[in-house]
Amino acid sequence: MPKLTKLVFFALIVKPLVFVVLGLNIRGRNHLPPRGPAIIAANHNSHLDVLVLMSLYPLRQLPGVRPIAAADYFFKNRWLKWLARHCIDIIPIERQAPDLNRIFDTANTALDVGNILIIFPEGSRGEPEKIGRIKKGLFHLLQGRSDAPVTPVFMHGLGRALPRGTALFVPFNCDVIIGEALQTATDANAFVAQLEHCFARLAEYCITRSH
Amino acid sequence: MFAVPAHAFAVMLVVLALLLLGTVAWSALSRRHPERDYQELYLRIRSWWWMIGILFACLAFSRGSAIVLFGFISFLALKEFFSIVPTRLSDRRVIFWAYVAIPVQYYWVYSGWYGMFTVFIPVYVFLFLPMLMVLAGNTRGFIQAAGVMHWAVMLTVFCLSHMAYLIALPALNPGAGSIGMVIFILFMTELNDVSQYVFGRTLGRHRIIPAVSPNKTWEGFLGGLGTVTLASTVLAPWLTPLGFLHGLFAGLLIGAAGFIGDVVISSVKRDLQIKDSGQLIPGHGGMLDRFDSLIYTAPLFFHYTHYFAY
Repeated sequence: MPKLTKLVFFALIVKPLVFVVLGLNIRGRNHLPPRGPAIIAANHNSHLDVLVLMSLYPLRQLPGVRPIAAADYFFKNRWLKWLARHCIDIIPIERQAPDLNRIFDTANTALDVGNILIIFPEGSRGEPEKIGRIKKGLFHLLQGRSDAPVTPVFMHGLGRALPRGTALFVPFNCDVIIGEALQTATDANAFVAQLEHCFARLAEYCITRSH
Repeated sequence: MFAVPAHAFAVMLVVLALLLLGTVAWSALSRRHPERDYQELYLRIRSWWWMIGILFACLAFSRGSAIVLFGFISFLALKEFFSIVPTRLSDRRVIFWAYVAIPVQYYWVYSGWYGMFTVFIPVYVFLFLPMLMVLAGNTRGFIQAAGVMHWAVMLTVFCLSHMAYLIALPALNPGAGSIGMVIFILFMTELNDVSQYVFGRTLGRHRIIPAVSPNKTWEGFLGGLGTVTLASTVLAPWLTPLGFLHGLFAGLLIGAAGFIGDVVISSVKRDLQIKDSGQLIPGHGGMLDRFDSLIYTAPLFFHYTHYFAY
């Protein structure tokens, strides 16, 4: 059952904001997974990241495009919770779950029904326009899931538009560079290294990063 | 509303006819050579339809809608400029206020307050933005940041707003109205771009400034200049308050200024090591790629006309 609030939110607020007030320079759009189960792994600088990534999809596909987000952060007050549930439709992850084996249950269920998941492997937004340390959570989620390809996306510019800890939104164009799906990796360190390398390579296509 | 003066209307129809001709030519070419890729040409033409469609609709609707459109173009161009140049994170608030200058500047245009229109950005915004930068308290890279900020606002807001102020001038050529001048400067600037490109591609031998733009040749430059001067001499008395002789010199001015605007923005891109400033207009690139020559031609033509006719 598609959430009407989500469609209205994206059609009337998010898409105009992303394409008019911000403006995107998109490279490699054909690499974007057309259908689920699939995972988009992107770098994280701003709350806008997830809105930009979801806006890449047409409205009719949006119900199946959902970000993984920390339950303790997004469910901490009722307003944020309502927004997270009804407008973004996040997949909540309990970071402090007592049973580590069950931490990805919600994500797995979503992949099983063919959703496209958005995940930020750095875990948090960190310092604006700097790549944080990539964590191993995504690797563990992928174990036993050969059906979900991981597409890396590198974004630049959103950390200037709305960095962490500020409320003033300033318009900037931003780069969204979409790479080819990652190879499967057998151990977590190799996977993290591959993703880091991939982000570094995609970053070279940005036009808003002055060299 | 919808009262387009006869001369301006005739030229609008000519532009639409030229565009239709281009579309037919593209269609014939792609049918005759199905093996060749005409995607780029297709995108270019499609974007022209959009740009000209929106422009003509806003010009025909009312003075206000045209001024809002030009303000929006300034916003997109300024945003693009700030996005490609290096900026300091501490200047976010200053950049926000630079955007606020856009509606204010275009309000002076709308109200026809000529004095304020000419000094608002070079005096008030010029002095105000560095003050905000001081309040942010970051002195590292201050000079460069202040320079970038001011240059961005001058190019994309101050210079481009001259195109809008042409509509606010009284119509001295009743057949063309004030929008005749807007259509004239846009048409001449684009004609210059296109004919410089065509002459450069077909006859180009001697490079003018290989360090900045290897595709710019004397043949292209002079071909464009000649074409625009000829067209301007014929069209200026029809679309603007200028006579034949003033029209001739306006053509020389537009041809030379358009070239300079083009290579100035090229130098910016070359410095940043990027090819296009954005990808908002498919087949053309970004706003600055499309409006580079207009940044120079609009204010120069405005003051030329203002001096000789007003």
